Amino acid sequence: MRRWRRTHLGTEADRATFRTLHTASLAAPALREGLTEASAERSVRHLRTLLGTPAAALTDTSGVLAWEGLGHHHVAETTQVIADLSDGAPTRIAATIECSDPRCPVRQLVISPLVVEEVIVGALVVGAPNATGSLVRAANEVAAWVSGQLELARLDDSRTALMEAEVRALRAQISPHFIYNSLGAIASFVRTDPDRARELLLEFADFTRYSFRSHGDYTTLAEELRSVERYLLLEQARFGDRLKVTLRIAPEVLPVAVPFLCIQPLVENAVRHGLEASADKADGVGRLSITARDLDQECLIEVEDDGTGEDPERVRRALAGDASMDSVGLGNVDARLRNAFGDDYGLVVETAPGAGTKVIVRVPKFAPGVQL
Amino acid sequence: MSTEVVPGFVAVVLVTVATLAIGTWGLRFSRTTSDFFVASRTVRPGLNASAIGGEYLSAASFLGVAGLVLTFGADMLWYPVGWTAGYLVLLVLVAAPLRRSGAYTLPDFAEARLGSRGVRALCSVLVVAIGWLYLLPQFQGAGLTLQAAIDAPTWVGPLVVAAVVLINVGSGGMRSITFVQAFQYWLKLTALLLPACVLLAVWAGDGAPNPTMGAGAGADYWSLPLGEGGAQGLYVTYSLIVATFLGTMGLPHVVVRFYTNPDGRAARRTTLVVLALLGAFYLLPPVYGALGRIYATDLATAGSDALVLELPRLMVDGILGEVLTGLVTAGAFAAFLSTSSGLSIAVAGVLSQDVTGRRFGTHRLSGIAAFRAGAVIAVVVPAWVSIAAPDVGVARTVGLAFAVAASTFCPLLLLGIWWRGLTAAGAIAGLVVGGVGSGLAVGWTLVTSETTGWVAVLLGQPAAWSVPAALATMVLVSRATRSRVPTHAGRFMVRLHTPESVDLQRT
Repeated sequence: MRRWRRTHLGTEADRATFRTLHTASLAAPALREGLTEASAERSVRHLRTLLGTPAAALTDTSGVLAWEGLGHHHVAETTQVIADLSDGAPTRIAATIECSDPRCPVRQLVISPLVVEEVIVGALVVGAPNATGSLVRAANEVAAWVSGQLELARLDDSRTALMEAEVRALRAQISPHFIYNSLGAIASFVRTDPDRARELLLEFADFTRYSFRSHGDYTTLAEELRSVERYLLLEQARFGDRLKVTLRIAPEVLPVAVPFLCIQPLVENAVRHGLEASADKADGVGRLSITARDLDQECLIEVEDDGTGEDPERVRRALAGDASMDSVGLGNVDARLRNAFGDDYGLVVETAPGAGTKVIVRVPKFAPGVQL
Repeated sequence: MSTEVVPGFVAVVLVTVATLAIGTWGLRFSRTTSDFFVASRTVRPGLNASAIGGEYLSAASFLGVAGLVLTFGADMLWYPVGWTAGYLVLLVLVAAPLRRSGAYTLPDFAEARLGSRGVRALCSVLVVAIGWLYLLPQFQGAGLTLQAAIDAPTWVGPLVVAAVVLINVGSGGMRSITFVQAFQYWLKLTALLLPACVLLAVWAGDGAPNPTMGAGAGADYWSLPLGEGGAQGLYVTYSLIVATFLGTMGLPHVVVRFYTNPDGRAARRTTLVVLALLGAFYLLPPVYGALGRIYATDLATAGSDALVLELPRLMVDGILGEVLTGLVTAGAFAAFLSTSSGLSIAVAGVLSQDVTGRRFGTHRLSGIAAFRAGAVIAVVVPAWVSIAAPDVGVARTVGLAFAVAASTFCPLLLLGIWWRGLTAAGAIAGLVVGGVGSGLAVGWTLVTSETTGWVAVLLGQPAAWSVPAALATMVLVSRATRSRVPTHAGRFMVRLHTPESVDLQRT
């Protein structure tokens, strides 16, 4: 039996390494959420296993977040110890405690700072009967590893923040050209057709209200399409017969939850492409069609124009987030769809020079975590 | 081919061709519009309710109820009463919160509420089981209809319906198009209402004989609302009531329709209209049953499921009788097609998500291929069973499907919506208890034909014991694992029960 274990599960040392790595991997997911009471509570027990000491604790800079193991009554001393954490402090034996309980195994506290981007955010505190040099070293290494995980968490946060900033940018991205061209078009109707001018102004107000709304990451497809309709009404007021729009929307998919402003940028691109090409055409008309279809568990939205089309390689770069490309919207919409629904649900763009462009969005009717 | 089969044959061919045509081209015709404000037109409750009715009224409603009333009497009226009243329970307890949960299918709801992949997987298995159990009588009914209409062997019907459904689902048509399904309801209603009016006129012309005075055996209990056999009859009746009242909310093809409603309020309104539409429809089958009691007494013992199809011909001679027969046949066939395709899509959706869409080794089917593979499995299995075991009554099998739904999804939905303390472990335990209990009953019914004695009665109508057992298990196990109540339960409950018009801080 022992031989079987040795050959099949590796030597004793192999297994010790494996155990250590496994324990570390158990602690990692919680730490990747950042340093909070909840994440500290879930991770500190694995850290204590890793160190093999009677007690371990995670603190932030003001107090203990979670204490694991024995000697819970030493939280007060620990809070005192971390009060004088300073930059550049090494891992050290911070305090030797007088304890009234003779059975309490926590006699010495080893403290090791957690550093994220060169700022101390907290500490790993290890309680032991007597702190040896090797325990101090081990605590130092574990604290360094925890710091690494916390840095990754910070990275995740900043990625989410970036995404949010991009949505805000999209909202603010209603181009100034669109605003004064629309107002100009409306102004031209004020004398000839005051009723229409009034209606268009109201549409304009509703359109901007929707685009600038500040709450919620998701909206219904119905809301999004309504905003698209307003946008197209305003564009049509300006371009008249040069822009032909066909909408084919299956009413069954209107309640689907989609990321806020995920169709709008695609339609703006399509209008621009369609109109750019319309001058070269015999009838001078740019055509645009928006289709939403019901595919049982998911819904399929297609935005198509008959414009000049695009080199697929350039589209690929735009989707990859190349900032030098002019369609900022495309990469952003793609990233947000993937973020919300997983990598299976990225944008699909079908295009070639001279063949128009078709952008396909797939959205599942239900995805965990996605709600209005 | 004798002249007798002509109207039936014409009706079946017409319905089949129409269904295929709508499935193939309907999408294009019905939606080619430049109408600008089409996007703001969500599906109105009335239309949606008709669509639910169209998908819901199956062979059991169209053929089975009349046959049961003819054979067993007024206690069988509990079937249509329960099938309608199920929507009352749905209206009061489930409709609006379920819509607000944002779930599309029942497994979606379980996952959103309990945050557990295990519960989701179990729910998927149950959806497939209930779907198959419900498809089985549709295929059997198709066999009966074709036998009555054109003298075909009973295996022809299942094959034809299965083929039509597969072609339709596979080609991308009939994917829960609201308009098409709504049309099916009105077609079924007309197909039953017009002949019923003519037959009632004939009956009045004959001096309106009283059906309870008929010559058949057991005329004394025929008009009583309880099953025969004292305590056993009482039990069977109550069990039936429990199964049908509580089972409707667990039917996979009904639940997905509620997603089309824009909000919880619309979901309630839809359910209310469904109640009215079903109430109107279910007035008709008992009329056929009662008339059959007078004019077709010999059918009571031999093939009562075919009563609706045979009655017009038995009561009215000549061309009118033939036309009415054609109409009824068309309605029956439409009933199989619409219910089967709705169910097949629901089952195929679950299969494609959780089985055929999975990665096998390095190979993985694309979305549409996975859905088609799922559809084939969803249709072929029940079609094969219906050919292999063709002897179970249509309404009875449907009753079992309801019993399974009531013993599994009803506790999950009720507790999930109205009780904060439900845990994933509790849900799994309850689903297993309810599923195994009612599943035993299904196996028993499909294998034996015994219907007397307490064992047979308890297993033939399991709902009265399996539903409370599942509910109790769910509650007890949830209490025992109360430390594992999902952390987001409170927030989720607020979302379920707050009207959309109230502006919550939804962050």
